[in-house]
Amino acid sequence: MALRGNLRDFSFTQILNLINLAQKTGMLTVEGPGEMARIYFRDGKLALALIGREENDLSAILARSRKITANQARVIRERTRMMTDKEVGLLLINAGYLSQKDVFDSLQLYSIEVIRRLFTWVEGIFQFDQTSPVPTGKIPVRIDLENLIMEGSRQLREWEQLQEEIPSLDMALKFTDRPGANLRHLNLNLEEWRVVRYVNPKNSMRQIAQATHMNDLEIRRIAYALLQAGVVEMVRPGGIPPVMPPRSLPPVNKEEHKSLIQRLINRIRSL
Amino acid sequence: MQNVKIVVTGPFNAGKTEFIRSVSEIDVVSTERKITAEAEKIKSSTTVAMDFGRITVDDELVLYLFGTPGQKRFDFMWEILSEGMLGFVVLVDSARPETFREARGILETFRAYAPTPYVVAANKQDCDDAWEAEDIRLALRLDPQVKLLPCVASQKETVKTVLLELLYSILESIETPAD
Ligand SMILES: Nc1nc2c(ncn2[C@@H]2O[C@H](COP(=O)(O)OP(=O)(O)OP(=O)(O)O)[C@@H](O)[C@H]2O)c(=O)[nH]1
Ligand SMILES: [Mg+2]
Repeated sequence: MALRGNLRDFSFTQILNLINLAQKTGMLTVEGPGEMARIYFRDGKLALALIGREENDLSAILARSRKITANQARVIRERTRMMTDKEVGLLLINAGYLSQKDVFDSLQLYSIEVIRRLFTWVEGIFQFDQTSPVPTGKIPVRIDLENLIMEGSRQLREWEQLQEEIPSLDMALKFTDRPGANLRHLNLNLEEWRVVRYVNPKNSMRQIAQATHMNDLEIRRIAYALLQAGVVEMVRPGGIPPVMPPRSLPPVNKEEHKSLIQRLINRIRSL
Repeated sequence: MQNVKIVVTGPFNAGKTEFIRSVSEIDVVSTERKITAEAEKIKSSTTVAMDFGRITVDDELVLYLFGTPGQKRFDFMWEILSEGMLGFVVLVDSARPETFREARGILETFRAYAPTPYVVAANKQDCDDAWEAEDIRLALRLDPQVKLLPCVASQKETVKTVLLELLYSILESIETPAD
């Protein structure tokens, strides 16, 4: 079974969303036009992101985040040629050059930076491989995906796509009861907070837009980001009848209706 | 004589016709119709193809299976389709993630329109590139309680299972109406 596709059709943010919700472990490879990225996840958290042929050993990453100078990085690399990132990290920490926090901060920053670059890729083949763990020797970090998903979703501005994702503003939003979907951990912007205040199964998105003076595009964009991050889900507003109630069967009594369905069931079983 | 119907919908090429063909006792009849959008003047017409399949239950009851085109202009067909409709099957091509967005749109449209029971079938599970049903559930943002069934439209047994699961949901909805 595959989890494969093109970013054009299934965006990088949507992949992150899926990995987050399914709490997947494994490696995601994304092959862009000129570059390839490998991103590792553990239990739905970002563990490590590597891109292209870029120097991504620990000393290079520490230099990027200015924990050490480029010169120091070069010296370290020369002296630790046969060592893994884990060993180099331990060496630097034990020698008192850096704290463990310095090391983790740099690694986190680097992985997040790689993810941000991937948000800009519109084209690329992705594939998720559940059997590839973080390479031994590399130091995995643990970064929640929700905020990254919000960040990526905010970048979707295409009207047509948003309209396809959210066809009707007459639907309401409701907070999901999915464990882990916690608003407090999210870095929401001001506009998003304004919408969040009105999230309630009783308020349609149209009403929220009116209350917050947003146009159709703005409300859709924010709702989409919140949906993607798994914070809210769409529901039919409470108490309001569906646009067009199904004129299904003539209102026969319940028992007759049930017996009709039962006859259909028996017939289909016998096919 | 009573006619009831189940609507089979989903994005382009999802396998709707194949699905209906697998269980229909008549050759699936495809029709093309022109529908004019009153509200819009930009586009004068859209061609819509519908499939019909039939399963005779007994002397008094016939089940029709209606295959819709994709979601485009679906709103105009809702009235026609909802007449005597028991529920929906939403078919998704598991191997073509490029159609998931449209499938999500179809689902959201349905949910906005009516509380009719529906099931989602992850079709073409026999393809190498097919996504697993549970990944599709997340990609389509389906609630955990929505039934999502693996399916190979050309295999009658899986089609039967999908239809049966829908009918079981309909039975439940008679017991406990949602709205
Ligand atoms: N491998 C495989 N192929 C399938 C399956 N279901 C349908 N197909 C093939 O997919 C193609 C499209 O199937 P259709 O039944 O025409 O799809 P449709 O949804 O009616 O398409 P439109 O009416 O054009 O939107 C055909 O070539 C079918 O043979 C399946 O479960 N597995
Ligand atoms: Mg067809």
